[in-house]
Amino acid sequence: MSLANITYTEKKDTRSGFGVGIYEAGLANKNVVALCADLVGSLKLEKFIETFPDRFIQTGIAEANMIGIAAGLTIGGKIPVATTFANFGTGRVYDQIRQSVAYSDKNVKICCSHAGLTLGEDGATHQILEDIGLMKMLPGMTVMVPCDYNQTRLATKAIIEKHGPVYLRFGRPVWPIFTIAEDPDFEIGKAQFLSEGKDVTIIACGHLVWHAVLAGQELEKKGISVEVINMHTIKPLDVDAILRSVQKTKCVVTAEEHQMAGGLGESVASVLAQSYLAPLEMVAVKDSFGESGTPDQLLEKYGLMPKNIIAAAEKVMARK
Amino acid sequence: MQIDELQQIATQVRRDIVRMVHQCKSGHPGGALGCTDFLTALYFEIMKVDTSFNMDGVGEDLFFLSNGHISPLFYSVLARRGFFEPKELGSFRHINSRLQGHPTTHDGLPGIRIASGSLGQGISVAVGAALAKKMNKDDRLVYVLTGDGELQEGQIWEAVIFAAAKKVDNLVVTVDWNNCQIDGTTQQVCDLGDLRAKFVAFGWDVLEMNGNDMEEVVRTLKSAQQHTMKDKPVLILMKTEMGFGVDYMMGTHKWHGSAPNDEQLKNAFAQLPETLGDY
Repeated sequence: MSLANITYTEKKDTRSGFGVGIYEAGLANKNVVALCADLVGSLKLEKFIETFPDRFIQTGIAEANMIGIAAGLTIGGKIPVATTFANFGTGRVYDQIRQSVAYSDKNVKICCSHAGLTLGEDGATHQILEDIGLMKMLPGMTVMVPCDYNQTRLATKAIIEKHGPVYLRFGRPVWPIFTIAEDPDFEIGKAQFLSEGKDVTIIACGHLVWHAVLAGQELEKKGISVEVINMHTIKPLDVDAILRSVQKTKCVVTAEEHQMAGGLGESVASVLAQSYLAPLEMVAVKDSFGESGTPDQLLEKYGLMPKNIIAAAEKVMARK
Repeated sequence: MQIDELQQIATQVRRDIVRMVHQCKSGHPGGALGCTDFLTALYFEIMKVDTSFNMDGVGEDLFFLSNGHISPLFYSVLARRGFFEPKELGSFRHINSRLQGHPTTHDGLPGIRIASGSLGQGISVAVGAALAKKMNKDDRLVYVLTGDGELQEGQIWEAVIFAAAKKVDNLVVTVDWNNCQIDGTTQQVCDLGDLRAKFVAFGWDVLEMNGNDMEEVVRTLKSAQQHTMKDKPVLILMKTEMGFGVDYMMGTHKWHGSAPNDEQLKNAFAQLPETLGDY
């Protein structure tokens, strides 16, 4: 299984995948209730609200209250989907999520857009790069970072049917759609192997999966055998998939639109350190805030481009 | 239930509270004793509850304790009401107990629907539960108790604005207005000002009561029920005395978060005769 055939025909934003996913989830399950803190357009909730006006709660700019209301709605059997930008839906309301949702084991889905650098021009106040770490540290929390429009739609529908608190992270920019619409291989907690290889493993999540594919294609042209893994679920982490791959390739690169601290890379590092020692290079933001710019400029400046993954792969292979 | 019967229960609950905090040498007796009449009336006279307990509580009235530190009161009332055996009160704050220092759903204690302890979150949760009741066409009510010092938390006011704006009128919030918090009186720490005027200005229907007069508590809570379903959330400003029922704990914030010693326990017991039988 090579990366050469992976391509895209269309680009869309992952948040639009969420918008379609929650609408379809609303059709399928009458208990789905959406909440939003004054960002309906950005979260692509229009169709859900138009179809289910009585199952939408506009909280205004009050995210802490939104999380509490979501926790309360579960008492009575609702499946609340609390939405806003990733910065306001995680870091701003960490204690509300910790106590009223995670510790209370409430069936709340926290679904956030505009994560990472690629929201672009709004700058660092809005570009949270710590949310994966914050959410994965909470006991019992499922953390998902789907890679494209199709997968975000599928993930949205899947989390509705899974009991328990979930953080679903997606973003603003239009991005290549390279997974299939009704992917039978998609399952919460199950890593997806986009290629099979024996020289290096590249594990990525979110937007950076596409960059991992592009990097892998270049490496293949150089005769390197690359195994690219789409780790759409950060927690629970598919440890078996990581070990299966690294036992073959003996080295790993991780790639994500997140701080190095607390991200996917650290989760993978923990697995390697505890179960199978192998060199690891992490492509991630290195203890820095973002800034204003276009998504491409920012990914370039902060070292999250395919070329950075290629360089990391070459470096990690040399360390074997 | 007659007022004197409710008072008998409240006396046993107060006795439970001092025993529990004495036994584990920690906990918060002051606010718990002050709110005992209120929570006793709520669970034994006002609310429709099912002690077999299911989390969703459809067709039942719901109560949320926002100021989770007065947990010994909550636990005693739940046990005495029949949610679990009173003997379990002896495990309060011990290792491997369902009666954690602050209430939690984590260990499956019947009667608890949300964790609380980190302050300011309970009204939001109650608003969510009240909205779920409306969606489910369930006409029962949702009650919450918060501390007064807790009103210094910003999230409270997010919920207060929301509940009025969205006409969450199946909700009765009671504020334990004892004027005490850990570092002193509420005036000394961060004055809350004219609470009645504030809640009225935020669009709430505001009642007041003396929370340490059982007859007045029952009467006001019944009146509050009549004030619901009229497009406004209902607020009860409940004047209480921290430590009520144990003379040396009254009139000071010193007993907010400390436990009595053996001699002080004996003194408290002399003031709180056993009525339902100790656990």
